[in-house]
Amino acid sequence: MNNSISSANINNQELIIDGASCASCVSKIEKALNNIPGVEKAEMNFALRTVSVTGVVKQDILISTVESIGYHAKSANEASDEELLDEKEIAEQKYYKKLMLQMWVGLGLGMPLMIYSLLGGPMTVNSNFERAIWLIIGLVCAAVMYFAGKHFYIGAYKSFVNHSANMDTLIALGTGTAWFYSMVVVLFPLALPEMARHVYFEASAMIIGLINLGLALEVKARGRTSEAIKRLIGLQAKTARIVREGQELDIAIEQVLLDDAVRVRPGERVPVDGVVIEGSTTIDESMLTGEPMPVKKGEGDEVVAGTINKAGSIIFNATRVGKDTALARIINMVKQAQNSKPPIGRLADIISAYFVPVIMIIAISSALIWLNFGPDPTIAFAVVSATTVLIIACPCALGLATPMSVMVGVGKAAEAGVLIRNGEALQTSSQITAMVLDKTGTITLGEPKVTDIIAIEHDNAYDESVTLSLAASLEVGSEHPLAQAIVDSAKDKNLAIDKVTDFHAIAGQGVQGSVNGESLFFGNEKLMHEQGISLTKAAIDCAQQMASEAKTPMYFAINNELAAIIAVSDPIKEDSASAIKRLQDNGIRVVMLTGDNQATAKAVAEKVGITEFFAEVLPEDKASKVAELQASGEIVGMTGDGINDAPALALANVGFAIGTGTDVAIESADITLMRGSLHGLADAIAVSKATLRNIKQNLFGAFIYNVAGVPFAAGILYPFFGLLLSPVIAGAAMAFSSLTVVTNANRLRFFKPQDH
Amino acid sequence: MLIINLLGLGIVALIIWWFWLYKPEIIQVEETNTESELTILVEEGVYQPANISIAAGKPVKLTFIRKDASPCAATVLFPELEINGELPLNKPFEISLPAMQKGQYAFHCQMKMYSGSIIVK
Repeated sequence: MNNSISSANINNQELIIDGASCASCVSKIEKALNNIPGVEKAEMNFALRTVSVTGVVKQDILISTVESIGYHAKSANEASDEELLDEKEIAEQKYYKKLMLQMWVGLGLGMPLMIYSLLGGPMTVNSNFERAIWLIIGLVCAAVMYFAGKHFYIGAYKSFVNHSANMDTLIALGTGTAWFYSMVVVLFPLALPEMARHVYFEASAMIIGLINLGLALEVKARGRTSEAIKRLIGLQAKTARIVREGQELDIAIEQVLLDDAVRVRPGERVPVDGVVIEGSTTIDESMLTGEPMPVKKGEGDEVVAGTINKAGSIIFNATRVGKDTALARIINMVKQAQNSKPPIGRLADIISAYFVPVIMIIAISSALIWLNFGPDPTIAFAVVSATTVLIIACPCALGLATPMSVMVGVGKAAEAGVLIRNGEALQTSSQITAMVLDKTGTITLGEPKVTDIIAIEHDNAYDESVTLSLAASLEVGSEHPLAQAIVDSAKDKNLAIDKVTDFHAIAGQGVQGSVNGESLFFGNEKLMHEQGISLTKAAIDCAQQMASEAKTPMYFAINNELAAIIAVSDPIKEDSASAIKRLQDNGIRVVMLTGDNQATAKAVAEKVGITEFFAEVLPEDKASKVAELQASGEIVGMTGDGINDAPALALANVGFAIGTGTDVAIESADITLMRGSLHGLADAIAVSKATLRNIKQNLFGAFIYNVAGVPFAAGILYPFFGLLLSPVIAGAAMAFSSLTVVTNANRLRFFKPQDH
Repeated sequence: MLIINLLGLGIVALIIWWFWLYKPEIIQVEETNTESELTILVEEGVYQPANISIAAGKPVKLTFIRKDASPCAATVLFPELEINGELPLNKPFEISLPAMQKGQYAFHCQMKMYSGSIIVK
């Protein structure tokens, strides 16, 4: 069944060309395209880097031709997210109108008939006159069923021949049974006992009408479940002002190429991702990160598509365009996650696979029981109960229960700056019992600064600046975040940074090397002991004093003699303590891990209200700490920066990457917090809990509805109370049960994580 | 009455056979050197074809054309592959599946009203 619809033959196509840097490229590209059989005319607009092609030819061929002569091409006809969304809305609107019309047609016949019967009008066939009237009504009813419900009948037939069954099957069988029986009554009344000559045309018409109404309302309600994604898509700018060959031109953002210089004026949205090359400004990134304060941007700083330029005018170099921008990837990720199912939905999936045939079997069994044991007229009771069973059962409600809530919940989380990767992460984070936090960059800002340099006085004492210069020279090669603080501090003071030789990092201790012929050791107490460098009590006291102030003291030895104690401090994020309290208030055990020394770790833990912490943990041991917690029965969330903590993040039940939408984090973590605040963690857990609660309500409702509704419909109350459900009531119940599920999921839209 | 009861039980047996025991027909995807392609029509409650088989270790490009306006039909999910897509109405939509190992992979709409399977051999 291979065919070519996928790359349809379009008469007028537009391609965006990348890599064309000179006017001679233009004629080369045009010539190559014009040589393709079927192409009538290919014309390139050099300023816009687009080429428009008329003629009947596949786009794949155009693109491969351009690629074959050394340029890149992509389709410009590809619909943007926004266009797709508009199309979807128009299609839904059309579908809604059609359903509403079908509803009115169904109810238009069903309602008067039902009112007539409720007012006591005979629905029976006992005379030739009645036969004639009911025959006409029966034929009108068939026409109504065809017009208002043919989608059900065709769908039922198609799935039947494919050996599958769905809601259409139930509706078609239910309404069909009622109509057929009524027609038998009309055409062959004598074949039935007198009491059984009852017609049910009103039921068929009403049911079709009501189910169409239910579907129409469901379409409306479903539209609201994707509000969050609409808002994200709305963040994308439509045009960009680019500077090419000294000229500024406004082009559609799809046409922006890598390395284009893009100008953003005050009040405009940043159209693509890039790095500022000219000017400075402040940018409001709240729509992506939830962070209310605008961020300063100058040359060399990254700007992200979708954010708003507040004050200045900047020019930036486009580094990611089209589907590669952070915003596009966030939209894509949210879309994917919204459609993924958490494990809690699996049971409903298994049930729905067997549901419809089981209902059919129950309907037949119910009819047989009425025929064998029921009161007269058994045939009429059998038909009514079978019809009602078929109509009341609603696999839709069961099928919708999970996906609708996930859709809203994941969107809600995205609005709060929390990107949930899939349904499983959503479910597991609602069950977290222990949260492991990395200290640096998670609880603290991750921007350590040198706070103290205490030179040790002795015979060969070095002064502060020489010490710092040597320390910085040694640390230049180190990747440790604390090392960066020392190097920055030396640079700030304009101190010389010299070449280091014999550099070694000693895991869990520090570093060593030689600078200007001086042998240097820089690290913790353990390093000094191992190297046989003596520490005076005064030095140790001094270091401990610093540690108790949440600073990290390090010993610096020159030529095997302690020269200085340098303290570095990484400020704690303003709201870490309140966020951690929120977690603890939710009954979550919060554990801090750090490679830092015991005293510093203790000081930081105390400041943020953590009682359980592990200091001097080597990076590779973080994962084993997570494993230990898991072994003790905890469901563990791990929060880290996504790069150093990757193994621990992967091992944890849910890995939270904290950061500012860095590449690694978005792709590797189960949940990404787009802003630095730990409140994102508490928000993520709160949204997951609310979503899971919502799913459970939906599943419970759908299960109970079907489990209780079916026996009712089969007539279980009849022997006790003489009650038998009408098929019309069953139709209304079915139509509204799935609507209830969607409406309940929509309630999640109003969920607000606790104020902070 | 006996005949009616037997008839009823017969229909039950038929339902069980038709929906559960019957082995569906499987459409073999034509192989090309690099990538296989297949178009699947989403219409009137069924994927056509719904059961397809492809060779192991080869990526496949599925083009879905959705003609059913009902929102149920709009999403297609491949749960084992963690892939899903929003199908636009009356427009081809391509989904590229990676090379897969032998086994059976389901695809279905959100509510499993539409369902199909890919058998990788």
